[in-house]
Amino acid sequence: MTGANGHIIEVKDLVKKFGSFVANDRLTFHVEKGEIFGFLGANGAGKTTAMRILCGLSYPSSGDIMVAGHDVYNEREKIKRKIGYMSQKFSLYDDLSVSENIRLYAGIYGLGRKQIASREDQLLERLGLTNIRKRLIREIPLGWKQKLAFSVAIFHKPAIVFLDEPTGGVDPITRRQFWEMIHDATLEGITVFVTTHYMDEAEYCDRVSIMVEGRIEALDTPAGLKQSYESKNMNEVFLKLART
Amino acid sequence: MSLILDHIDKSFESVKALNQVSFEVKEGELFGLIGPDGAGKSTLFRIMASLLVPDSGRCSMLAYDVNKDYREVRKIIGYMPGRFSLYMDLSVEENLAFYARVFGTTINENYDLIKDVYEQIAPYKKRLAGKLSGGMKQKLALSCALIHRPRILILDEPTTGVDAVSRREFWEMLKQIQGEGITTVVSTPYMDEAELCDRVALLQKGELLAVSDPSALGDEGEKLLYSLRSAKGVYAYLEQLRQLEECRHAWLFGDELHVTLRSEADAPGVNKVLESWQDESLRWQSIVPGIEDRFMGLLAQEPERLSDQGEEL
Repeated sequence: MTGANGHIIEVKDLVKKFGSFVANDRLTFHVEKGEIFGFLGANGAGKTTAMRILCGLSYPSSGDIMVAGHDVYNEREKIKRKIGYMSQKFSLYDDLSVSENIRLYAGIYGLGRKQIASREDQLLERLGLTNIRKRLIREIPLGWKQKLAFSVAIFHKPAIVFLDEPTGGVDPITRRQFWEMIHDATLEGITVFVTTHYMDEAEYCDRVSIMVEGRIEALDTPAGLKQSYESKNMNEVFLKLART
Repeated sequence: MSLILDHIDKSFESVKALNQVSFEVKEGELFGLIGPDGAGKSTLFRIMASLLVPDSGRCSMLAYDVNKDYREVRKIIGYMPGRFSLYMDLSVEENLAFYARVFGTTINENYDLIKDVYEQIAPYKKRLAGKLSGGMKQKLALSCALIHRPRILILDEPTTGVDAVSRREFWEMLKQIQGEGITTVVSTPYMDEAELCDRVALLQKGELLAVSDPSALGDEGEKLLYSLRSAKGVYAYLEQLRQLEECRHAWLFGDELHVTLRSEADAPGVNKVLESWQDESLRWQSIVPGIEDRFMGLLAQEPERLSDQGEEL
């Protein structure tokens, strides 16, 4: 599934243009199997554009990009089967129940009926949602929804899960519980690719890249970045890099 | 007083969204409302904005009752809803001109008030509002909420989903607006922003838990809070600490763990346990709780297990 060097995502000279506007300017980086990779940047820096390309939702203008062993030009359908995706803006269907959402996504990813039934019970048990499985998604609090959305995104045991601002707007305890779930997913061998605006969360990543105006300005471990930019926390690093 | 909330109750069918909420906001104050999603913050904001009538209780803005005198109230407030609510198919400039006219004023009349905010988006004034980035949308929404020079500004989570740089710029603008004598009530999920307010109110499940100076919010955890660091990473220690009888709670906190003990008498016992882990790089020290610790301490006083709440829903 990974490339020859053990990288689950390999990006070389990724360029994406919209007309004359360069949204992604020669991005080159890799993600190692099983790591938590933080993909940071200001609003409009080009994060979502790059993430959509990695997920097989849009074509790059140029560059060599491999995701889970497949290239993003010719093997987008294979990529989609091997990844999970969750965003704060879109995740679950409000007018379906907890249980219906789980079964819908599991079905889309081609899981069998028996497999779905047993995993669904386990999942609801673990999240403590068993007694509200018939409730509509719109009736449950945001914090629970996000935990459920994450569980659904990794229900088919993908190689990589992409998380686009998964913790926006939730309280500080729920955010931490969410990160513990992320960490547990890596113990199952799932690679995590995540964006966030909470700089304390950048500390929970193994490595972090920071995008500024379409380019990757810095990429290192949180400790390495703090040292390079002589900052006491990731918020300072971010402000030094992204404030133009 | 700029704003008085007096025993506000509001239910939606069987759900009690607000339960006897009372507090006052002083003239010229920058007042923060913090609380998790579903706490009732937006419901409260909609009541203040005269868009929702409470079941009981009174809300007044500069002595105008928001129900009886809603026409007057709407003239003196600027409201920025949580969801972007400007016209996506109008340009930046058209949106601003529209709001100015609705309030019987012009862009020029109050331009000095919005100048600093608006100049940042002015290069894109011909662009449709729907095509702006998140940070720019917020600046436009703030400009539109300010264009009639309101006395009271009501901002419902203006920085959710906004990056750290834009957030900082947004708060610098709020401080400037405060300098103009405008009272601001703002909600936020970011604890570093709560710290920038003169006072904050903490809302949880429709109830007011505390109103205070942000540095004095709650006193739980005083002298009981410790930080743990290790060159080996802290995650592995999280579960181990939670297993300890002496440990009330332990949470990830950036590159450290924050651990609250049950009592001061527990400290020596915990020290012995830590020594037994034989990690030379382990650093354990008593720390003063910051606002996020205090807020989490208050939230954790009401243990909220998903399963416990299951039947209620």
